[in-house]
Amino acid sequence: MKNLFAEFGRSIVATLFFAVVLCGLYPLIVFGAGQLLFPHPANGSLLIDKSGVVRGSELLAQNFTGAQYFHPRPSAAGANGFDPTSSGGSNLGPTSSNLVANITANIAAYRSDNNLATSAPVPADAVTESASGLDPHISVANAEIQIARVAKARGLSADRVRELVKKNTRGRDLGVFGEPRVNVMTLNFALDQM
Amino acid sequence: MNAHQWLELVLFLGALVLVTKPLGLYLGRVFDASARTWLDPVMRPLEKFTYRILRVDPAKEQGWKQYTFALLVFSLVSLLFTYAILRLQQYLPLNPQHFGALSEHLAFNTAVSFTTNTNWQSYAGESTMSYLSQMVALTIHNFFSAAVGLAVAAALVRGIARHTAATIGNFWVDVTRITYYLLLPVCLVFALVLVSQGMIQNFKPYTAATVIEPQTISVQITDANGKGLVDAKGNPVMTNQVVSTQSIVQGPMASQVAIKMLGTNGGGYTNANAAHPFENPTPLSNFLQMLALLCIGSALTYHLGRETKNQKHGWSVWTAMFAMCLAGVLVCWWAEAKGNPIHQQLGVAVAGGNMEGKEVRFGVFDSALFATVTTDASCGAVNSMHDSFTPLGGLVPLFNIQTGEVIFGGVGAGLYGMLIFVVLTVFIAGLMVGRTPEYLGKKIESYDVKMVLLAFVILAFVILGFTAWASVSNWGTSSLANQGPHGLSEMLYAYTSGAGNNGSAFAGLNANTPWWDTTLGVDMLVGRFGMIVPLLALAGSLARKKSVPASAGTFPVSGFTFVALLFGTVILVGALTFLPALALGPIVEHFLMLKGNLF
Repeated sequence: MKNLFAEFGRSIVATLFFAVVLCGLYPLIVFGAGQLLFPHPANGSLLIDKSGVVRGSELLAQNFTGAQYFHPRPSAAGANGFDPTSSGGSNLGPTSSNLVANITANIAAYRSDNNLATSAPVPADAVTESASGLDPHISVANAEIQIARVAKARGLSADRVRELVKKNTRGRDLGVFGEPRVNVMTLNFALDQM
Repeated sequence: MNAHQWLELVLFLGALVLVTKPLGLYLGRVFDASARTWLDPVMRPLEKFTYRILRVDPAKEQGWKQYTFALLVFSLVSLLFTYAILRLQQYLPLNPQHFGALSEHLAFNTAVSFTTNTNWQSYAGESTMSYLSQMVALTIHNFFSAAVGLAVAAALVRGIARHTAATIGNFWVDVTRITYYLLLPVCLVFALVLVSQGMIQNFKPYTAATVIEPQTISVQITDANGKGLVDAKGNPVMTNQVVSTQSIVQGPMASQVAIKMLGTNGGGYTNANAAHPFENPTPLSNFLQMLALLCIGSALTYHLGRETKNQKHGWSVWTAMFAMCLAGVLVCWWAEAKGNPIHQQLGVAVAGGNMEGKEVRFGVFDSALFATVTTDASCGAVNSMHDSFTPLGGLVPLFNIQTGEVIFGGVGAGLYGMLIFVVLTVFIAGLMVGRTPEYLGKKIESYDVKMVLLAFVILAFVILGFTAWASVSNWGTSSLANQGPHGLSEMLYAYTSGAGNNGSAFAGLNANTPWWDTTLGVDMLVGRFGMIVPLLALAGSLARKKSVPASAGTFPVSGFTFVALLFGTVILVGALTFLPALALGPIVEHFLMLKGNLF
């Protein structure tokens, strides 16, 4: 019985003491060092315009529907999509009729937005919902298709827009890891700043 | 399946091989209370101070019963600590978004989930947890459950390596040293690397951003009570609303994510977990997170070989794990790259593969690799939504967990889980040739085999029992997001993930109901402690035994025959137990998908 009390006491002290070290000191050291060394990412990679207003984050997609912007992937985050306080995917399975309905509608909208033939295959990322609902990237093929529409809506040459797309494209990390991708947030932000 | 992706696979597996020996050697020093490490100048004083306030004599070892008792009491106390914080959340500091307390069942489920290294999440972190809850209530178990798992593995290896010994180590010394010399220092560096890639680490309230292009959306009008209005025909009355702001999530994420991966916990800071662009910003951070979650499990096999003075045995166990890991990756990757024929008929380009529930920066390959390794280990973090995988792609993570997560496995849990199969393999081989089975000089007797089978049967019993119960109950099926065989897969995955202490999900399932939260809580507790207690008993039993020299009739525990037998035992036992359930879920769904059936 004495042993029991001693062991409980020890567990209580251990929980509290380790909490101070692991849940107090440790995150504070990371916080301090992060703010000192990498303040931009540590605070959310915010996009701030010339007048100092926060317009979003480089890493979190917003919705764009106008012809003059590049469109992100469809989003299942929150009731209307693109809600960072409600991240997540559709979680619809491979034999879901709801998913087929969503993809059918997305394909029709993508083809009509971009003047594609009704039989043209569309890039997979353009019509499927991302895992986070906040994916800021689109594939290079998807961006390429949208260039003509954006250039026309902005009265710019396609080459000018393509150049900007290139600037906002990242290749594979270290030449190997992951996939090449175009950041819709930084791209659209840059388009507006022109 | 292009060249870059093959190269990344080779680099990943190569990095895993390279890290195994040095980390394995280091683990040996961490588990040995008298060994010195290069961190001694910093950590030794802290270690000594910790023993003093815990009133622990580091030179005094414990028998298996004392060891188990300390482990269980510590787990219970820390579980209650987390439960209390979650229930009192609204009164506690560091809660800039003013989140309320969690319900009883959700707080129970979450406290159990993190204590057992499962990190199943019935909630969305960014809309439920205050910074204090994330940083203290949850992160503390990311450290503790990892340290406890490693301690059990260390104790079991001591039991195997020793003979005629009464003790298997000191629980408090193990937990303290693992925390100070392994988890904490690695996490300090790893967290900063993650910040450099784009992960947040701050204490600001969520940032309100003025969106670049305001959107007009159609929403249902609500009355004073918040109920949606409908017209005479029952159709909702809609109005247009302009969305011009976006709320950007903030908080102390990097410090939590580092230990979440290294400790194979897997509980996401956000709902989307490692798919969230903050929580896994780049393919490089993705690569490092995958390596972090697998490296300790891999290194433990080296530690096993070294402690038992049979390095070939360590590498043989490693080889069996590696073969299963590679097979899983290839099947999952192939299935996801091939994509969904139903969607491709609609006009989705075949080249992209199945991108539903995946992120562009990871694509099909990084998603398939992550899904495989997170379920090889008991991590359960996800960088893509397994619920939206093709049937065979989703079968791989499910089956990985059902093997008992012995493919490198969770920190500690992987090795002690694999040793169950090793003992079983030795036992079966002994039966085949009609000799008393031996394992590294220890006779495997009836008591040992009973303990091993107990650990295994418990796992199968809770997974299949709870799934069967849920699938014939209204409380079970009313939480499903998908119908047809996929619905059964969702339930099977949930209880498999809980009992296996994995924590990943077919996440469409709405598990935050009193029934699901409670049954999953029990599922996780049984899966964790129903395995640890018999295994520590096995450790005690093995430590007591005399060592007998190997003879011509001893079945060698290294080499091709052993690896093949071990591989076969894991796959066969898993398949025999779970194949009927899998046939009704993902396997039948695969054929229905090829036929174009929808639900």
